[in-house]
Amino acid sequence: MVAPAALRVVRCGGSKLHGARAVFSADARYLLCTSGDFVKMYSVGTEETVCMLQGHADLVTGIQLNPQNHLQLYSSSLDGTIKLWDFTDGILIKTFIVGYKLLALYALANCEDSVFAVIPKSGERDSFQLVSVKLTKTAGQEMEAKELSVILDGVDESPKHTAFGREGEYVASVKEVNLQVYFFKRKQMNRFSLSATNTKGGNNRFTCVACHPKEDCIATGHGDGKIRLWRNFCHNKEYTFSTLHWHHDIVMDLAFSVEGTSLLSGGIESVLVQWHNGSDCKKDFLPRLGSAIEYISVSSDGTSYCTSHTDNRITIINSNLRFSKSIQGLIKGRDVKTGLVVDPRTKALVLNGEPGHLQFYCLQSDKQLYSLDIVQQEYIHQAGLNQLDLVKVAFSAQGKWLATVEEREETDLELQLKLWVFDEETQSFKLNTRINMPHEDHITAMCFRDRDEFEDDSPMLVTAGKDCLFKAWVIVEDTDPEAQQSVSWSCDFVGSYHNYQATNCCFSEDGSLLAVSFEETITVWDSVTWDLKCTFCHPPGKIRNICFGRLTCSKYLIGATDHGFLCCWNLLSCALEWSAQLNVLVLQPDPLSEHIAAVSWLSKDSSLFVFKPNKPRPICIQRNLCKEKIQFAAFVPRDIPETIVSEKYLWLRRSQLYFLTNTQELMTFSTKSPEERLTPSSKQLAVEESLPMTPFSLLLGKHRQQSQEDVDLGKVVIHNHHNQDSPAVKELLHTPAHVLPSASFLCPIFINSLLTSKESKSAEEIADEVEMESEEAEDDSDEERDIIEMEQDDLRPMDFLGETTCRLSKSQEKELRKIRKMDYSWISSF
Amino acid sequence: MGEFEVHRVRFFSYVPAGVRCLAYHRRTDRLALARTDGAVEVYNFAANYFQEKAIPGHEARTVEALCWAAGDRLFGAGLGGDISEYDLERLRVKRSVDGFGGPIWSMAANAGGTRLAIGCEDGSVKLFHVVPDGVQFERNLDRQQGRVLCLSWHPSETHIAAGSVDLLRVLDVGSGRTVQRIMVNYHVQKSKKRECVVWSVAFLSSGTVVSSDSFGRLQFWDWERGTLLESHTVSTSAVLSLAVSEKEDSIVVGTSAGATYQFQLLPVKMGSQDKHWVRTKPFQHHTHDVRAVAHSPTALISGGLDAQLVIRPLMEKMQKKGYEAVLRKFTFPHRRLVSSARKARLLLFQFSQHLELWKLGSTDESGKDGEVLPVCRAPEHLVQLKSKGPEHIYCSCVSPCGSWIAYSTASRFHLYRAQYEGDGVSIKKVANVPKLLLPAYQLQCSADSGSLFVASDQGSVHVLQLLEPGGCKHLHTLRPPSGTLEAVYLLASSADGNWLAAASGDWEIHIYSLKRFKHHCTVPMYSCAVTALAIHPVTNNLVIAYSDQQLFEFSIPEKQYTAWSRTVQNSGLHRAWLERDSPITHIAFNPKNPSHILLHDVYMFCVLDKSLPLPDDSASLMNQSALKQLPETARKRQLHAFKICKKFQPLLFADLLDENCLVMVERPIMDIKTQLPPPIQQKKFGT
Repeated sequence: MVAPAALRVVRCGGSKLHGARAVFSADARYLLCTSGDFVKMYSVGTEETVCMLQGHADLVTGIQLNPQNHLQLYSSSLDGTIKLWDFTDGILIKTFIVGYKLLALYALANCEDSVFAVIPKSGERDSFQLVSVKLTKTAGQEMEAKELSVILDGVDESPKHTAFGREGEYVASVKEVNLQVYFFKRKQMNRFSLSATNTKGGNNRFTCVACHPKEDCIATGHGDGKIRLWRNFCHNKEYTFSTLHWHHDIVMDLAFSVEGTSLLSGGIESVLVQWHNGSDCKKDFLPRLGSAIEYISVSSDGTSYCTSHTDNRITIINSNLRFSKSIQGLIKGRDVKTGLVVDPRTKALVLNGEPGHLQFYCLQSDKQLYSLDIVQQEYIHQAGLNQLDLVKVAFSAQGKWLATVEEREETDLELQLKLWVFDEETQSFKLNTRINMPHEDHITAMCFRDRDEFEDDSPMLVTAGKDCLFKAWVIVEDTDPEAQQSVSWSCDFVGSYHNYQATNCCFSEDGSLLAVSFEETITVWDSVTWDLKCTFCHPPGKIRNICFGRLTCSKYLIGATDHGFLCCWNLLSCALEWSAQLNVLVLQPDPLSEHIAAVSWLSKDSSLFVFKPNKPRPICIQRNLCKEKIQFAAFVPRDIPETIVSEKYLWLRRSQLYFLTNTQELMTFSTKSPEERLTPSSKQLAVEESLPMTPFSLLLGKHRQQSQEDVDLGKVVIHNHHNQDSPAVKELLHTPAHVLPSASFLCPIFINSLLTSKESKSAEEIADEVEMESEEAEDDSDEERDIIEMEQDDLRPMDFLGETTCRLSKSQEKELRKIRKMDYSWISSF
Repeated sequence: MGEFEVHRVRFFSYVPAGVRCLAYHRRTDRLALARTDGAVEVYNFAANYFQEKAIPGHEARTVEALCWAAGDRLFGAGLGGDISEYDLERLRVKRSVDGFGGPIWSMAANAGGTRLAIGCEDGSVKLFHVVPDGVQFERNLDRQQGRVLCLSWHPSETHIAAGSVDLLRVLDVGSGRTVQRIMVNYHVQKSKKRECVVWSVAFLSSGTVVSSDSFGRLQFWDWERGTLLESHTVSTSAVLSLAVSEKEDSIVVGTSAGATYQFQLLPVKMGSQDKHWVRTKPFQHHTHDVRAVAHSPTALISGGLDAQLVIRPLMEKMQKKGYEAVLRKFTFPHRRLVSSARKARLLLFQFSQHLELWKLGSTDESGKDGEVLPVCRAPEHLVQLKSKGPEHIYCSCVSPCGSWIAYSTASRFHLYRAQYEGDGVSIKKVANVPKLLLPAYQLQCSADSGSLFVASDQGSVHVLQLLEPGGCKHLHTLRPPSGTLEAVYLLASSADGNWLAAASGDWEIHIYSLKRFKHHCTVPMYSCAVTALAIHPVTNNLVIAYSDQQLFEFSIPEKQYTAWSRTVQNSGLHRAWLERDSPITHIAFNPKNPSHILLHDVYMFCVLDKSLPLPDDSASLMNQSALKQLPETARKRQLHAFKICKKFQPLLFADLLDENCLVMVERPIMDIKTQLPPPIQQKKFGT
């Protein structure tokens, strides 16, 4: 049916929420913001993600409500398309192919058939122009929009540097120290420029621009923190400006309130300033917003403001400057030193968050779960200050223990190893032991011995340091009766090898062996007796990464050298099993299978190799992953094993591989084609186009008529759902409460779904289910059966769970989904 | 430039008085300024902002308001309760009339300049007619409680707006009734109610009354309905002054925090009639209260208690950027307050009501360029001479030998004989000084200390002979042949005692022969004010500096400009020289080097070497530091006539004591600031 899909690299959430100004829906109940290739819609009331608009093939650079229809949204992307969405239903209505990279998007109320965009000037680098794009109103989903007319030349690429004035009379654009204003009606262009620095050494560079919604007034922000309010700019000579100065550094964004009576400004101080009536004397502040403000947007009814911050957070603020809600994405920004670690308990991705904090980021919901303060010292925002930084993190197998290393390098090194225990009561980590200067030099690697499934006997932590030592730390009973906790950690063993720097350490799967690499040599130690068992090396390269094989391949030890070799040693024969020439940057074993992923870097692009240690031939090779260097990778176990068609990608079944590039982009692999991801919404569109859908027709008349075609359609629609629970229940639970119809309406369907699982099924569906039960698989599509047959020997007891719950019939599922999508706001008018 | 031993004098503790009020006269492009000590000055903007007239103050005569009326007559009124008219030719009060309303806080002239309204302590507003021989009381307008702090006429002359404490009134001139009362702090909560002082008002032709008050607000009122149209909070401290441009599209306000702001009437939308006032440009040129502002067509003018007069041209009104559009600040008077006795090495400092005589210190060491030499004898304060009476000193001088000290106030002339015995000094007043027509505007001793020249009004100069051991005799009065009404304000006598040059207020320079007490000749008229004069001791050439920074050299024996002067005029002076702000206030010569002329203004000291070529505009005018870097041969090529030193700033006086000894009198601005009361505390970021 479906051709074996190729492996694609996709951005998986965690993308910048501050790529463009967020947009409030007309009723200010939803907030739309760009997130990588997607547009996300959040509920302002609950801060939950309501839906995600997917379809762009590259970064979304701008979103604007359709001024003609406030339920529609334009979005522009670097892939050269402008898409029109029905965002309440998450449906893509139209795609306009422009053919240029679009860097910013503006929509005007009085320009019905065109929008404005910033595109690169053809033939010139770093030169951009503002164009108006004519959007033709013909039927069809995809159309070309090649009718561009240039309005301004030499604009800046940032969307903040261009703004449209009152009723679209003029457009103002700033670049460097120049402001240009173009009046559409008079076709007049005025240019104003400032000197690069003023007499007091301030930086006059423009950083952002905003236009007053009712008056001829332009507000510009500057590099030295000044805000200038320009007036009378229709005269080239008699223009004038007044200055507001509070910020001490760059003004990052400006926004006028709906009536223009107040001006909002924000900068790196993380303070939102509200200026009233353009007066220097009357201003209000909302301080302590956490991090620098990147964008400010105002809802059209004036009730809420929203600020996007550089740490990937969106703050929703009431119009009286009261903090209301915050939406936190993956914090990125500075160096990720800890690498990507998976918390075994929550399956969350753990990495550096705010300075000195550890963030737990939920990949599924693209939200930060929580942030753990490790350093517990106030961070001072000042350039050139060396502060304690979190550099290493390790979890024990079941997530009971967390080890962190923080360091500060001034004249001499300051190191701290902290061990945290998970407190079931408070459901968070509690500091158990703090060890000052565990090593004399930087700690290069740290790992727990994760042998024990139950962890009741002693866990062990090994740290390797540049001071040529590795140390094993174990729990000891605390003899001091005054001590608050009964156990603490202390050093058990110190090992070294020929005074080489220890660079990596790794326990075998059963925990009996410890491999520590010392520059060119890998040493293997017995973790009980601390005997040096054997050594391996592959001169002349120094060892960069090591790991043990797992499950059936646990007799192998894999190592990668910086000389461009990947080696596999057999621990039983103590001999090199195979080696391959590969410049491996990241070596990551899958904890749930034998597969090991190696990411190599070959001049200009990264490639992925997945192999099993027992075979020198890789299972999967993915070249040209991305242009950036890949820094870290992590296998995150899936909640439900994925159904994979192709044998090549079987390694993605149990866990998903995430990786972080050096531009801090979190990516993953997907086997699904972009079309497939889009299917539900576009199919729905097709249904809606063919059948005029009124609430009543759906509620009353259409039940029976549709049931037949729903059976057919439903198959495709729910194609991607592999839920083990009943879909109806899941649907109910996962839909935000405020978009569900009334409980009385849902109740009979819900009850029905529980009762009639056996009775109402058509013949073929029963056949389907029988098949499923017999093969212990989860889904109904044909192609998945092939995999199941192949994977049978690999099944684990876990997979048998959950199959016993009753399932909802397809037609009912479909109905439920449809109900969810419908607009029930008309009911409220009664 | 040559090496000099420099007496760097910083003990002249002169504190200029703060600016109290300003009045700009558009037709003549002059600005009248009154200081807190009652002195009145007139700046001529056309003559490069030169301080053309200065009328010294009077203890009992503070000036609260100045206005130009009836053409170019200047009236002042103050807390003394008098309305005075100033005689700008004889530089004194012509006549005064009692207002009979207690201290006068404000005065305003109507648009035609025919009537004056004064606001008095007793709450009355009185009208005066301006008549040819002064002012004449016309009528009283409605009297109310509270002093009237500010007044403004409606341009149609039918109404007057008057501001007092908490209250703004509009008076009908015809009926004399109060037609509108506006409580300016009406909407302030009762509990928080403080006194709200309306410091300044302006009545616009549209019927809008603009008021500035002690709450830091600039408010616009509709006078007929008494409603507030717009309110702008300008500052957290009081807004003390406001001025409206003639077109009524721009307002300048001054606050007690030292900031001035411009408000402009701008259309809300392009092309629409709907306009509103917008605060546009803030300026922070002052450290203390800005008590007075004025609005010329092209500039904002502000004066503060820190004694600064700031003229800030409006860029949009300027045809081109450049010299015209440069900010100007004046702190020091454009005349000499210090005189030196070269031979005796004395300095005489003139204060408003006393004189100080100092003996310069000395050293017995010598050093290299730039070194500070240790003083073996510290400068010594010899005498303080207090002037009696309320009048301030017009001028003073000390003879080159140091034994004669003379000064003049508005009504009296004093001559003292000083005798030095060892370290002590005894001062004896010379009795029976001849009765002269006073005041004297400039005093000058001849080089041999044998005679004293007294500059007087109507272009006349009196010559007094100083007699040992302590007497004087009026020898002659020199008068210009053509006759003039203007007073002489600059004098220069030649070293050989033959010639005397006198410059009068009409910018004419007359040269008299002292041998024959006869008018010798007149220097050709130049259309700018004379700022300094001196006669060369060897060649008897008169060197003249004008306020437009031009320099002329006039040969007295030949009665014509010298060849060098003609070359200067033909080739023109360097642009950087012409674009200096402050006028040359003193000229001296080096007898050893006849080609050298020593000039100084507030910001520089210059040795003009006539033997060297003049610089053209491409060369750097201030090249002294650059020259030091160059090797000898290259230096020769780079040399030009102007050798400028900017090390001593602000420079009030510089003179050559002998061949290689200079005295420089500095008055650092910081020293003045410490003498002023502390300004309003303002939080500075980063402190």
